[in-house]
Amino acid sequence: MFKTYTFPEFDYVRSVDQDAAGATHHPVIVVGAGPIGMAAAIDFAQYGVNVVVLDDNNTVSVGSRAVCYAKRFLDISDRLGIGQRCIDKGVTWNLGRVFFEDEEIYNFNMLPEEHHRRPGFINLQQYYLEEYMVDRVNELEAADLRWKNKVVKVDQTDDVVRLTVETPEGPYELTCDYLVACDGASSNVRSQCGLESKGQIFHDRFLIADVIMDPKNFPPERWFWFNPPFHEGQSTLLHRQADNVWRIDFDLGWDADPEEEKKPENIIPRVKAFLGEDVEFDLEWASVYTFTCRRMDEFRHGRIFFAGDAAHQVSPFGARGANSGIEDTDNLTWKIKAVMDGLAPTELLNSYSDERTFAADENILNSTRSTDFITPKNEQNRVFRDAVLKLAKNYTFARPLVNSGRLSVPPFLTESWLNTEDTDKFDCKVVPGAPCTDGPIQRNGEETFLLSSLGNTFNGLLFVENRSDAEDAVLEQLGQLAQLPMPVKTFLVSNHEMDLQLPEGVELVVDTKGVVKQRLDAQAGTFYLTRPDQLVTARMRQFDKAAVIAAQSKALGNK
Amino acid sequence: MANLILEPNLPDADAFYKELTDLHRDLNNEQSRDVNARLILLLSNHIGDHEALSQAMNIAREHIPPQGE
Repeated sequence: MFKTYTFPEFDYVRSVDQDAAGATHHPVIVVGAGPIGMAAAIDFAQYGVNVVVLDDNNTVSVGSRAVCYAKRFLDISDRLGIGQRCIDKGVTWNLGRVFFEDEEIYNFNMLPEEHHRRPGFINLQQYYLEEYMVDRVNELEAADLRWKNKVVKVDQTDDVVRLTVETPEGPYELTCDYLVACDGASSNVRSQCGLESKGQIFHDRFLIADVIMDPKNFPPERWFWFNPPFHEGQSTLLHRQADNVWRIDFDLGWDADPEEEKKPENIIPRVKAFLGEDVEFDLEWASVYTFTCRRMDEFRHGRIFFAGDAAHQVSPFGARGANSGIEDTDNLTWKIKAVMDGLAPTELLNSYSDERTFAADENILNSTRSTDFITPKNEQNRVFRDAVLKLAKNYTFARPLVNSGRLSVPPFLTESWLNTEDTDKFDCKVVPGAPCTDGPIQRNGEETFLLSSLGNTFNGLLFVENRSDAEDAVLEQLGQLAQLPMPVKTFLVSNHEMDLQLPEGVELVVDTKGVVKQRLDAQAGTFYLTRPDQLVTARMRQFDKAAVIAAQSKALGNK
Repeated sequence: MANLILEPNLPDADAFYKELTDLHRDLNNEQSRDVNARLILLLSNHIGDHEALSQAMNIAREHIPPQGE
């Protein structure tokens, strides 16, 4: 029993498919109703694709696994319709403190860049996120979430995927065009396919304790303690979540006995040694975990796609699990939709694996580096690590070397074959393969943000300063782009309102603070093309309709 | 990027060498390793040229035969 949270129990409901004579066919089936599976389901349903989600359980994640959600996750959540609930419940923090032995060596303020809709990251227990997602799935006509439906057999031909599903009322059969496996680190679909996730197992154990405290006792900050006096030779992380619950993460070493360490009589003294004898707290939940950094060779296997922990796993430092998982499904759903609609060749589906294995490698690299710093692999590594920490107190040069986790940022898919290489010069962080930046805009006279307006289709951004930048001929061409089989809907971005006759699918937005223009290094005439997942895929200094069509064709997988 | 300087570059080699060894004169092994680590970190940051540092790291262990797993 949790003191701060009551776990919902969802009903198993018999489906008409269980009474069908043969296997019922669905366009898309998702396995696993964790955050990644539900993100996929919501996205498909929002595209109007009928999707069935199968989950072997009937509640949300017990205990809080994922904690930290980064800006990109929140931006995607906004498009899925759950962003605001996460923000409202979650805890925003900016201050991080690094301790070594008995003293604070420095602190850092991660104050996010101004003028983005969402903060750098929030902390929220995973069960809340899942609850919001379940609610959202249930709002969507096209999504059918089935609890206590366990996939026990999977096979596929060139044309179809076949599933056997076990339920409390016995098994039944399903077929689908596409299967998305989001069934976690020990993915059953993966083993059914005879596939492996390969990588490095870390010989280390961690104890997570979620404790409830009076918020007056500890501020909403991230504390990372290397080699603390109360937990010698190891490390400890303190993080605040919603409901005055704090996450404490103790590195226990490899020799620790997980069953012993999980017992309250062993946890409480550890927590007291950390917080101080006088601090009152209640233990909410505890778990001992180990981790691996590994991934599958390919995330596409015919008509079966792997996403989230099923496809790749990292250490928890850097919060790259859920954050990268949602980027997976965001990358995948629009591609499957485009192929289903006959608007893209099936080769587009390979780009999911190409792009997301590239991203997984970056996450694994960062995560492995953090782990190696936090838990030095040999004596000399420890000497360097400790030297960095001691120097960091008085000499700022050493601080960038301190690695207590590099917080998730979306990998820039710079090597993707869907991108159109720049032929013009640009000087900004956003490049083809990167998510588009955000910034406050005025749309139809209302204050909103650019990222709230982009996505789910191809978008163009054409920067204009005055009437002469938006000649009738250009507007006509933009109107034609909006009528393509896969429409490109363009926003004219200006620093002031303009009285223009705009064709359907073309809108004017006002870049109220000028930050969109600045962040994209734009001038009058500059054009950016973004994909349905808001990634920039091409850009040019002068709008050229033929070049935009060619870039879109490339982004749809035409070689 | 500049290549690692492998020709003599220290204005007073003897004085430098003495200072380097004096640095460790009264230290035990553990202290020496700590001081060396700090020195490497300070100098690396000062050099700030990743390519030159990689070259130095390679040369520093080129005499050691590659270790089999």
